[in-house]
Amino acid sequence: MKRVAYLRGWLAVAAASIAVLLAACAPSEKGVVTLRFWAMGREGEVVRELLADFERSHPGIRVDVQQLPWTAAQEKLLTSFAGDVTPDLCQLGNTWISQFAALGALAPLQERAARFRTVPAADYFDGIWASNRIGNNVYGIPWYVDTRLIFYRRDLLAGAGFDHAPRDWLEWTRMMAALKRRSPDNYGVLLPLNEFEPLLALALQQDTPLLRDGDRYGNFRSPAFRRTLQFYIDIFRQGWAPRVTATQISNVWDEFGKGYFSFYITGPWNIGEFKRRLPANKQDIWMTAPLPGPGGPGASSAGGASLVVFEHSKHKEEAWEVIEYLSQPAVQLRFYAMTGNLPPRRSAWADDRLAHDPYAAAFRDQLERAKSPPKVPEWERIATEMRLVTEALVAGQLTLDQAVTELDARADRILEKRRWMLARQDGGKP
Amino acid sequence: MNTPRAAWLLAGPALAVILLFFFLPVCAALALSLTDFDLYALASLKNLRFVGLDNYLQLLRTPLFWKALANTFIFVVVGVPLSIAASLGAALLINSKLAWFKPMFRTVFFAPVVTSMVAVAVIWRYLYHTRYGVINYVLDSLGLQPLDWLGDPRFAMPAIILFAVWKNFGYNMIIFLAGLQCIPSDLYEAAELDGARRFAMLRHITLPALAPTMFMVSLLTMTGYFQLFAEPYVMTQGGPLQSTVSVLYFMYEQGFKWWNLGRATAVAFVLFVLMFGVTLLQLRFAGRGLEE
Amino acid sequence: MSLRSNTWSARGSINALLVVGGIAAVFPLLWMLAVSFMAPGEASHFPPPLLPKSPTLANYRTLFADAGIGRYFINSLLLATGATLLSLAFNVGAGYAFAKLHFRGREKLFRMLLGALVIPGQVAMLPLFLMLKQMGLVNSFVGVLIPSAASIFGIFLVRQYALTIPDALLEAARLDGAGELRIFRSIVLPLLGPILVTLALFSFLGSWNDFMWPLIVLTDKDLYTLPVAIASLSSEHVQDNEMMMAGSVLTIVPVLLIFLGLQRYYLQGLTMGSVK
Repeated sequence: MKRVAYLRGWLAVAAASIAVLLAACAPSEKGVVTLRFWAMGREGEVVRELLADFERSHPGIRVDVQQLPWTAAQEKLLTSFAGDVTPDLCQLGNTWISQFAALGALAPLQERAARFRTVPAADYFDGIWASNRIGNNVYGIPWYVDTRLIFYRRDLLAGAGFDHAPRDWLEWTRMMAALKRRSPDNYGVLLPLNEFEPLLALALQQDTPLLRDGDRYGNFRSPAFRRTLQFYIDIFRQGWAPRVTATQISNVWDEFGKGYFSFYITGPWNIGEFKRRLPANKQDIWMTAPLPGPGGPGASSAGGASLVVFEHSKHKEEAWEVIEYLSQPAVQLRFYAMTGNLPPRRSAWADDRLAHDPYAAAFRDQLERAKSPPKVPEWERIATEMRLVTEALVAGQLTLDQAVTELDARADRILEKRRWMLARQDGGKP
Repeated sequence: MNTPRAAWLLAGPALAVILLFFFLPVCAALALSLTDFDLYALASLKNLRFVGLDNYLQLLRTPLFWKALANTFIFVVVGVPLSIAASLGAALLINSKLAWFKPMFRTVFFAPVVTSMVAVAVIWRYLYHTRYGVINYVLDSLGLQPLDWLGDPRFAMPAIILFAVWKNFGYNMIIFLAGLQCIPSDLYEAAELDGARRFAMLRHITLPALAPTMFMVSLLTMTGYFQLFAEPYVMTQGGPLQSTVSVLYFMYEQGFKWWNLGRATAVAFVLFVLMFGVTLLQLRFAGRGLEE
Repeated sequence: MSLRSNTWSARGSINALLVVGGIAAVFPLLWMLAVSFMAPGEASHFPPPLLPKSPTLANYRTLFADAGIGRYFINSLLLATGATLLSLAFNVGAGYAFAKLHFRGREKLFRMLLGALVIPGQVAMLPLFLMLKQMGLVNSFVGVLIPSAASIFGIFLVRQYALTIPDALLEAARLDGAGELRIFRSIVLPLLGPILVTLALFSFLGSWNDFMWPLIVLTDKDLYTLPVAIASLSSEHVQDNEMMMAGSVLTIVPVLLIFLGLQRYYLQGLTMGSVK
């Protein structure tokens, strides 16, 4: 009997606590709209501060920022979409936009962007704005940008008799050959075997796209891509790049400082990192320069993150106001000061802080030639295959012909479902 | 109220929950494994196609799947005997008449079992730290070579095996203890009078008497170890170089990272069939053993 | 050979082994406790320190103030309590029915349930998630609790124990004219006392330590349970080991204390569950 009474007591306590919990879970004040905003990494930490001002000027809107670690972000976003519990707006890497747009998860924004003069498409770098456009719709407003170019040791180049950074592939090869002659134990450039970004940036410099037929098939057997891959593999064959992965280099900044390699293809976050990690007496030996292309300064990948609104959000207007606020050049410059992330708007670059920064100048130039990779949801998988096949090519397990054929075969296989869906669309609807 | 009706009233709710939230999803999983359910299908069911056994065939052609199988097998083949040996050893020690503070040691050995996997994985991740970890410090002071436990593909799986054995040996130890306590002490006394030494007693009395318990423990442990997931998820994310990707971890990635539900459910069923097969094998093996 | 000296050296080696084993078993937990009281960064030294130089509560303060771990603690508590109540509500009746009440197909059904134990739970997870989405239960506590409201192991546990209830007792009550439900409530339940505590313990611990399912179902940070929060924190704060240890302490110590207090029931349930 005692135990039954005990259980009944338990039940009462539990019922009470569940009631309390349910009450706590519904904190809606009248008239105040609470937006759920998911942001990643450092941006997630910093954006709360930026939004404090926004909330002051918009008393009816409260923004609840939830920070996600980058490693779990894509997973959590897809899961929330699968479970129908997406946030109102979020920060999205621009290479993920095609994936979420294909799911119908994102709300198209071009109408609002056209209506409000505060987000003029013309002020944004063309390639960056284009990376958010799928078909006739724009699904994200760029928040910050990222592109790849060369960081180089100008003292080592000067020692080899060059007073400027290479402007095209030919000059680049000459420089790497000269550097190798002077210092046979070191290398010209670091091209980590476990990253596809450097090869992608070089591949995007060609005019021919990487996928063909409306992105239905791989186009890796095209002469243009062959030329890029030939250039890439020659660098290894000539001994100008070490055959290593990024993890095998224990500390990339140390090695750069020691001259293990003189060129490094990387992005804007490394400006801060190099400043921080290289000793003071080594701060004037490095510089940035636009990525050399086949016939002059070339294109590079258009990366970065955008702000998107989810289709299922019930507060799209309010979410748009947050995006507007964060897109103001003044706010973007504050953001840059806090995180080092480069603004996507030309007007923001006119500011002193960026206009006179010697390292950022190369990025300003490169951003005018930024191109996005194919905007299909399967692109990340194809890019991974690209890396794996290239790794085998560098290891000597494949010839160039075999590599491009294999790459096309894998890409075609990955795109099979896309072809089926497109065929159905074309066949079913006029 | 007659008995059968009362029985259904008492058991009905539980059976309904199990039916609805376990058996139904399992059948749905089987059905899903015959389709190419992926992100597109998530957006709209019209994008779903029936593909028959294609997922399974594709799986056989996926190198990472075979690697996951190999990793899981290594974990089972090395981990299960190790775990059983540790549990049996601990049980024998505690059961010995010469041991002191038995209840305390029993609790101490069992404590790791009730801890949360995530919380202790965080601890062990730091214990395995190459420079500041206690394990490498101990190795170093014993004059042995410190290892890059979680960064070297050769040592990551052994690191996880060690961790898993630590976490779970207490569980089987309790079961062995119960089995040991069932052995009548006159058997030992008679053997002692006959001049038998301790090892002989172990071999000829204890182990044979424990045979059924041993069988059950190995079955349970093997089934549990096939389902390796939390340890690689928290400690190594399947790395380094995919040396700790287990079958379930592979399924989790396919299912919840890439949303290839067709593929993921196919993996789950392959695992189930595997475990079923191994269990049947063990049952037959034990059946023959018992007949002898 | 002198039996006495043999016994003493044997005694020594056995207890020495026990001590070594005990240290190996419990050292990680003690170290976790020690590091949680160290100043941030103190543990990242070679040789690794075993005790804090001057114990501080700084890590716990950070966890409660900045990481809001109090919220996750309460979430875990609520969920574990809910899981325990549900488990008791669903499994006890079923266990008794399978043990003592005869109905058609009872043995066959029970064997089927036992066989289903071989199926790894993860097989059901993906379709279950989609099912919950249809019901609008993703990202909710109910969604986390529902699938484990009834468990085959729980039913098995109760059944094994219920088998020990003397049939004569039940028959006598039936002859007296008592209905089955009445018998269950007034006679059986009190007798099942110990196994109820065991079941409650298993359910509470199981829910408190559960990781994968809450990880998948809960997307809002405010609803995270302790294990999910710890996993999320550990990927963000890879360098803050002292703080992570404090988080582990908060996750482990409550259940360890409960276990220490109610050991008897837990271990008894274990052995019972393993006897076929």
